[in-house]
Amino acid sequence: MGNSIWQSMEKKGYSRRDFLQFCAAAATAAGFAQSGVAQVVSAFEKKEKPAVIWMHFQECTCCSESFIRASHPIVLDVLLNVLDLNYTETLMAASGFQAEKSLNDTIANNKGKYIVLVEGAVPRHDDGVYCMIGGKTAESILQTVAADAAAVVAWGSCASNGCVQAAKPNPTGATPIYKLVDKPVINVPGCPPIADVMMGVVTHLLVLGQVPALDSQGRPKEFYGRRVHDTCYRRPYYDAGLFVESFDDDGARKGYCLYKMGCKGPVTYNACSVIKWNDGVSYPIQSGHGCIGCSEAGFWDNGPFYHHLPSFPGFGVESTADTVGTVVGVATLAGVAAHAVVTNIRKRKVIAEVHAEDQKES
Amino acid sequence: MTRVVVDPITRIEGHLRIEAVVENGVITDAFSSGTMVRGLEKILMGRDPRDAWAITERVCGVCTTVHALTSVRAVEDALGIVIPPTAELIRDIMMTTQYVQDHVIHFYHLHALDWVDIVNALKADPKKAAELAQSFSKWDKNTPAYFSEVQDKIKAFAASGLGIFANGYWGHPAYKLPPEVNLIGVAHYLDALAWQKDICKIHTVFGGKNPHPNYLVGGVPCSINVNEVAAINSDRLNLVSQLISQADEFINQVYIPDLLAVASFYKDWANYGGGLHNYLSYGEFPTKGYGQPESFRYARGAVLNRDLSTVHPVNARGPQEIKEYISSSWYTYSGGDNEGLQPWVGETNIKYTGPKPPFETLAGYEKYSFLKTPRWQEQAMEVGPLARLVVSYAAGRTDVQELVKDTLGKLNVPVAALFSTLGRTAARGLDAALAMIWLKEYFGELMDRVKINEVSTFNGELWEPKTWPKDAEGVGLTEAPRGSLAHYIKIHDGAIENYQLVVPTTWNGSPRDAKGQRSSFEQALIGTPVAKIDEPVEILRTIHSFDPCLACAVHLYDPQGKHLHQVSFE
Repeated sequence: MGNSIWQSMEKKGYSRRDFLQFCAAAATAAGFAQSGVAQVVSAFEKKEKPAVIWMHFQECTCCSESFIRASHPIVLDVLLNVLDLNYTETLMAASGFQAEKSLNDTIANNKGKYIVLVEGAVPRHDDGVYCMIGGKTAESILQTVAADAAAVVAWGSCASNGCVQAAKPNPTGATPIYKLVDKPVINVPGCPPIADVMMGVVTHLLVLGQVPALDSQGRPKEFYGRRVHDTCYRRPYYDAGLFVESFDDDGARKGYCLYKMGCKGPVTYNACSVIKWNDGVSYPIQSGHGCIGCSEAGFWDNGPFYHHLPSFPGFGVESTADTVGTVVGVATLAGVAAHAVVTNIRKRKVIAEVHAEDQKES
Repeated sequence: MTRVVVDPITRIEGHLRIEAVVENGVITDAFSSGTMVRGLEKILMGRDPRDAWAITERVCGVCTTVHALTSVRAVEDALGIVIPPTAELIRDIMMTTQYVQDHVIHFYHLHALDWVDIVNALKADPKKAAELAQSFSKWDKNTPAYFSEVQDKIKAFAASGLGIFANGYWGHPAYKLPPEVNLIGVAHYLDALAWQKDICKIHTVFGGKNPHPNYLVGGVPCSINVNEVAAINSDRLNLVSQLISQADEFINQVYIPDLLAVASFYKDWANYGGGLHNYLSYGEFPTKGYGQPESFRYARGAVLNRDLSTVHPVNARGPQEIKEYISSSWYTYSGGDNEGLQPWVGETNIKYTGPKPPFETLAGYEKYSFLKTPRWQEQAMEVGPLARLVVSYAAGRTDVQELVKDTLGKLNVPVAALFSTLGRTAARGLDAALAMIWLKEYFGELMDRVKINEVSTFNGELWEPKTWPKDAEGVGLTEAPRGSLAHYIKIHDGAIENYQLVVPTTWNGSPRDAKGQRSSFEQALIGTPVAKIDEPVEILRTIHSFDPCLACAVHLYDPQGKHLHQVSFE
C-alpha cells in the first residue's frame, strides 16, 4: 500500500517503456490529446494506488461485465496495478464475513481517500427491504460507504437515473445515487456504459485527482457532450433523406439512416458513434438497430423503441413536443423534426444549440 | 449445532444469502434466500411486445442475450411468426457464443478460487508448472518464462494487499492442488480475463454491442450484404471466423485441460453436492428451426429419480406441468399461500415478512426469500448444464453420450460421479465444448447461405400491431447457460397484458415448496463437510457449481387487472 502507480508497476516487472505506453493509453481513454501524456505520467508517478470499493445494488451486473471488456493494451492489468479494488461482489475471492471485513477495513484505513463505484439503483419503498446485503439495506450500506469517500461514481443507468427498475410504475422505489448522497456524483450512464468510457472516467479521476467537467446531469462532458446522431456515420443518409423503411429492406442492406425505425440517436448523449463498442468493433446503429437511448434518464418510458421521435416528415414540433418526453428539449426536437430540405437551416440551429448549452453549463 | 450464515455469497450475479446448519462438521440443513427484487414483470405490463426483449435482457448482464432471445421467441410464438433460416443461424451463433463465453468466465472468475489457492501458487516451480501444463495441453503460452512472469506479478500483488483476492480462504485444508497446478490456474485466470473480451465481439458484430446486444422480433436487426461496407460483409464474417478459431483453441487447449487437471485432484467432490434426483431441460439449438424442438441438438424432457432409461415429455403449456409456489417466499396468493399457480394464471402480491433490517439470521421465519418456487408436475427439478447432459444422454443423443463417457474415462470415475458438485462443474465444461462444436457448424451453415445469397434476416409480415389478433398468448423456451428458461406472454390490443419469467436460478435456488420439498441449492448442501465453520469454502464450492444468477431469479408480476399487492407503488 502507499505506492505510486509507477512504483507499483515497476515492482511487478514493467519497464519504464511499458509505463509510458500505459500512460499514453490512459490519456487517450481519458480524452487527452497526445500533449497531455506528460501530465499523465507525472500524475501517475506521484499518486498512490487509490483504494476502490465497487458496490452492487439493484442491477444486472452488465456494468461489471462491460468494465472487464475494456480494450486498451494494458487495461486488463488495471485490477492488479492501477486500483486497489478491495470490494466487488462479482469478482472478489472472499464471501460473507470475510467480504464484509474487506469492506470495513478499506473504509477504516482510507478515510477520505477511497473511491466508491456504485452499480445499481437503491430501492426506498418499505424501509428498503427490496435490496439487502448481509442483512442490511442497500441504502444503509450506501450511506456508510459514501460518508468518507473521496469521490462517488454512479456506473450505468441504474445508479445514474434508476434505469429499468425505475421505469413506470417503479414498484420498489428504485432511486439513483445522486439523490441519496450529499456529495457530488459522477454519472456514467448507459446500459451498460461503454467499457472504454468507464476506463476513461477512472483514469481521469486518477490523473487529475478531481471530478471531470460535468454537464447539467452530472455526466462527463468528454463522453456525453455530443448526440449519437451528431457523429453517426449514417448521418449523411439522414441529411439526404435516405431512410430504412423496414428492417432488412434495400435501404437497410445499404446502411441507410434508422431514424424511421425509431432510432433515438438524435436525442441521446453518448460516445457510441465515436468510441464504439468492444474495441471499436461496432455500435447498435452500425449493426442495423436504432439507438434505444440507454444513457438518457427515463429512456424506458420515452415511448416504444420502434416509433420514431416526432411525426415525420413535417414540421409539427409544437404539437408533438409535449408528448415526446421530458428529456427531449423543444430546441432539440426542432433539429430532429426538420426534413432534409432544410438541412442547412437545421445544422446551423444545432450548432447554435450546442454553443448555447456549452455556455449555459460553463 | 451451528447455523452458518454466508451473505453476501460473492462471485455470482446478484444477492444471495445462504444459512446452513452444521452438525459435527457436516451440513444437515440449508436455507437459500434471494434478497433483492426489482419488479420487472410488472414494469412490462402495457408495453409494446416488440420492446419486451430489451426490457427482459436487462434482467441480467452476465447472462446477457438469453432473456432477449427467449422474449422474441415468446412474442413470435404468440403471433405465429416464423423467422428466416439465416436469422435463426445468427441467433444460434450468438447463443452458442454466449455458452462459450459464460462458461469460461464462470470457471475461471467465479468458481476457480474455490479450488485454486492463489497464495499457494507462489510456492510453485515455474519450470515444473510448464512441464505439467505441456503434458496435457498444446497451448503455446505454457512456457517456464510465462509462468515465472505470472508468479512475479502475483508476488508483487500479494505484497501490496491482494485487492480482489484479499481475505480469501487461502491455506484452508480443503485446498488440495499442488503449487504448480495452482499456478497454472492463476495464469489462465488472467488469460481468460483477456480472452473473454474478444469472444464477445461476435455479439457486437451482429448485435452492435456487448453486454446487451440488440435483438428483433421477426429475425435479427443486422442485414447481410457482401457488396456493402455498412452491413454484414466479408470483413465482418472474417472477424467472426477468426474469433471462433481463437475460442476453439481456448476451450480445447486451456479450459477443458484445466478443468480435467483440477478435477483429478478433487475426486472426493464426486461424493458431495448431488442434491436432487430430477433433471429438466427444454432442449436447445435448433437444426430445422425453433418450431421443431424434436430436431434440437439438446433434447427436451425430464429425467426422474436419476433413471436414465426414461425421458418424460415436457409441455410448458400444460396446465398441470409448471407451477410456482410461494409458501416460503415473501408474497401472498389470493387463494391461499400453499397452492401452486400455473404461470398463465399466476399472481404476485409482494409482502415482506422477514426480520426488520439490520438482522443476523432468517432462522424461525417461515418465509425467507424473494424467489418463488417452481415445480414440474409437483417435483423439484435441477436445471443447468448437468440437467441438459443427463436428459440428452438419456434421450440417446450420441454426441453427448460419447463426450460424457470419454470424460468419465479420462477421470476414471463412474457415471454416478456426474451427480455431484464435481459432476456439475465438469458438465459445464462439456456443455461449453459441445457449444463450441455447434458454433463452428452454425457459422459454416451461415457461410453456405451467404454463398448462395440466401441472406434474408427479417420476416416483417406481422411487424405492424394492426396485423395482430386482438388476443394472443405465447411461450418462449430456451436452455440458457444456467438452465431452463421460459417467458410467458399474453398480448391484448397490441400491448403486453401479462408477462412472466420462469428462470433457471428460480428452479435451483428457490426456498422450500408447500410440501416442504427443498430445491437444488438447499438439497445439494446437505451432507457437505465443513472443515472450518468460519471459513466455509465447501458451501461456496457447491453453490458456485450451479452458477447462481439472482437478478434473473427474482420475480414480481401482477395478474391481469388485479392489484392485490400490499406495497404502495409510486
